[in-house]
Amino acid sequence: MNKPLRRVAVFCGLLVLALLLRVNYVQFVQADQLSNDPHNRRVAINQYAQPRGDIIVDGKAITGHTTTTGSDFKYKRTYTDGPMWAPVTGHASQAFGTSFLEGVEDKFLTGNDDRLFFNRTIDLLTGKQKQGGNVVTTLNAKAQEAAFRGLGDKKGAVAAIDPRTGAILALASTPSYDPSTFAGNSKNDEKSWVGLQKGSDTDDPMLNRALRQTYPPGSTFKLVTAAAALQSGAITDVDKDTESPDPYPLPGTTVNLVNEGSIPCRNASLRNALKYSCNTVFGKLGADMGLKTMVDESELFGFNEEQFVPVRADASNFDTKMSPDQVAQSSIGQFDTAATPLQMAMVAAAIANNGTLMKPYEVDKLVAPNLSTISQTSPSKLSQPLSPENAQKLQSMMETVVESGTGTNARIRDVVVGGKTGTAQNGVNNKGTPYAWFVSYAKTDQGSPVAVAVVVEDASANRDDVSGGGFAAPIAKRVMEAVLNK
Amino acid sequence: MSASNTTTITSIGAPNRRNTELALLVFAVLIPVFAYVNAGLAKHDQVPAGLLGYGVGLGLLAGVAHLLVRKYAPYADPLMLPIATLLNGLGLVLIWRLDQEPVLGKAMAPNQLMWSTLGLALFVMVLIFLKDHRILQRYTYISMMVALVLLVAPIFFPGVNGAKIWITLPGIGSLQPGEFAKIVITVFFAGYLMVKRDALALASRRFMGLYLPRGRDLGPILVIWAISLLILVFETDLGTSLLFFGLFVIMLYVATERTSWIVFGLLLSAGGAVLVSSFEPHVKERVHNWLHPLQLANGGVTETAQTMYAFGSGGIFGSGLGQGYSRLIGGIAPKSDYILATVGEELGLAGLMAVLLLYALLIERGIRTALAARDPFGKLLAIGLSGAFALQVFVVAGGVTGLIPLTGMTMPFLAQGGSSVIANWALVAILLRISDTARRPAPSPAPSPDAEATQVVRSQ
Repeated sequence: MNKPLRRVAVFCGLLVLALLLRVNYVQFVQADQLSNDPHNRRVAINQYAQPRGDIIVDGKAITGHTTTTGSDFKYKRTYTDGPMWAPVTGHASQAFGTSFLEGVEDKFLTGNDDRLFFNRTIDLLTGKQKQGGNVVTTLNAKAQEAAFRGLGDKKGAVAAIDPRTGAILALASTPSYDPSTFAGNSKNDEKSWVGLQKGSDTDDPMLNRALRQTYPPGSTFKLVTAAAALQSGAITDVDKDTESPDPYPLPGTTVNLVNEGSIPCRNASLRNALKYSCNTVFGKLGADMGLKTMVDESELFGFNEEQFVPVRADASNFDTKMSPDQVAQSSIGQFDTAATPLQMAMVAAAIANNGTLMKPYEVDKLVAPNLSTISQTSPSKLSQPLSPENAQKLQSMMETVVESGTGTNARIRDVVVGGKTGTAQNGVNNKGTPYAWFVSYAKTDQGSPVAVAVVVEDASANRDDVSGGGFAAPIAKRVMEAVLNK
Repeated sequence: MSASNTTTITSIGAPNRRNTELALLVFAVLIPVFAYVNAGLAKHDQVPAGLLGYGVGLGLLAGVAHLLVRKYAPYADPLMLPIATLLNGLGLVLIWRLDQEPVLGKAMAPNQLMWSTLGLALFVMVLIFLKDHRILQRYTYISMMVALVLLVAPIFFPGVNGAKIWITLPGIGSLQPGEFAKIVITVFFAGYLMVKRDALALASRRFMGLYLPRGRDLGPILVIWAISLLILVFETDLGTSLLFFGLFVIMLYVATERTSWIVFGLLLSAGGAVLVSSFEPHVKERVHNWLHPLQLANGGVTETAQTMYAFGSGGIFGSGLGQGYSRLIGGIAPKSDYILATVGEELGLAGLMAVLLLYALLIERGIRTALAARDPFGKLLAIGLSGAFALQVFVVAGGVTGLIPLTGMTMPFLAQGGSSVIANWALVAILLRISDTARRPAPSPAPSPDAEATQVVRSQ
């Protein structure tokens, strides 16, 4: 019976061999795919198995962590002043994923980024727990606080930039939310999350109004039109009278473009037109220069393109196909023109920086757990929408607006401030509450350290410059003062 | 020439290797003890409180078993007891480690320890009371009856989780008679085939290239086998029916030495598998899960997918004992049917291959015992038991790793389950008894009165 016995032995050997081949296939060949499968819960568990790195403002962490029990996830994200910083940090939730900086820099914060490979290997050898890297932001805590407190319980947003570098100093959006309330994955976290969704909260607190919401920019857009006029040579002397009727009949239509209130706009100079915010002068300027000039100039300022700071900001809009009457309306910030607060801050920043627009960014550097710098953002030029001479002309016009025009609420003692107010009509037949805008910059001996754009959604007063100057300018002033340390 | 050299059969046999067994047993006890410390440190940052009890307990059990093997089966194979002890010990550590996950229900390691002790007790009893395995041959037909009773019994008890394979005894708990039936039916097959093997092999008609034996020879065994298969299909215990079928084919092939039986068996099993999987919904689902392991079901991740994730996440070296997440498999059987997934995740490919090779070694020692056995009954019994063991390992490990569709069975020694661990200890005990008989040197010939007068001349 030994011959069949030997054959059975070979058969049993083959069975074991088949098993060995199979486990090698599963645990070696397929291992990577299986262990990174999005349905493999270990992926999420590992993400929260060690404390996340922190997001740092002015040398202090605005994030933290606690340990949780009763779930697979060990560490939970906490936030200091969550609602104030939410438009910057976004959220990192065990149950609901990540957004904004937490999302964009997720790999670095969790320590899984390849750039941290060396650190991880050292930690492995020394037996230390894996650590996430820190994200050092460009934000200015005082400016952010001024913006957030300034908006208060009003709906709106603030974006502030350092014009010299493009570093973002403040990004506030109200109403806001506290990302700590749904950082875990308990029933309460789920309740908070559901409660914050647009469907259950019509205020949409999770909308980042500074980066992800475009508003009609209203009169603040006249800065772009003025820049186009100066750059195209349509106007060389800002104090020379223009040929502007009041009211201005929109070309090709029977509709008249009028001004708000009784302001001296007939044949007003560019400086006075900006000071009083004349619709007629800028409408005619835009129509006369034509679509291409306006599109080119607005795109030099960053319109029609998403900005990555590195968090994505929505593209602001200036239509590229319009009839002359639509160009006229668009040139005063109406029709389809729409801008994010960040975009309007970029406009002010480019003017304040003598015509050079720097690329906005909010991450200064990425720092490994051992504090070595892994990557550093160096400021870079985005475009040159204005020549330095023209930029200085526009600056002097904006300074007139603050000194004696519609923006007097933004005056700061001993500081040169330039600004522009705006009120954008909203809704069908302008039934919605208008948006009050104010964009401005402050100047010192070393150039301009801050440019701000403020938008307040529920400004109740209807008149153009009263609204922008009354609601938005004081907020801009507080942000500038915070940056200037006044 | 002296009298002691006058026989051709030497009374000096192979070395009995008991000291080898003792040395291996030390490792077989130490490895699980270290594994236990490892799991405890990983899970709670401290050496588990039960360490002393566990270590001393396992050591004592192994020691007593070894001493009794020394006394009652001195020439037994030296590898089987250490391998079984190591697997059982590792199984206890794995179950204890899974006990630390509250979501997986109540602790089962203490019970498993008790069952393991009972298993070792049965092991020892078999060695003490079964002086010669050939005694079992006397019980061929009684074994048949017992196997039938064991197989039929679960029908009268309520099914658990879709399979009617348990007998529930109030106060004692539930038993899985199939595990015991495996041994008993092997005894019956071995006894019956030994008697009928010549008839089966020779008195057959050639039909379409196959040798078909006469009905009166094959009849009884075919009937028993068919009944057991039917019962098992009825109880939806497909793993065990596959096991019995394979066991039957292997033993028939070894007894008759006719390759045609293999062909016959393969054809039958293929036909049966297709037939069963086409009408039985339980099986259909398993086949579907096997073909599409990562597919979501009811919006969630299936147990099959979770098992694959566990293996994949383990990678080559594993996460380390206590540091994996095989609890995510959830469901009803992470401590029994799926325990190999925990091995794969926490000990990695390296650990899993080591465990599979331990099984392979145990099977190899069983087959070697069959080869060495001097009597046909012993050969058949040994190959039957080793074959059953090999098939069970293959069906479970193949099912869990996705090589073949999953069928619920326990990984011998490793998995939680009282019946399984007791039955497998008994199985190893019988194999040890056969190997002892096989390796025992022949007794010295009785002194012959005319030994002096007769000169044996060696022709060589």
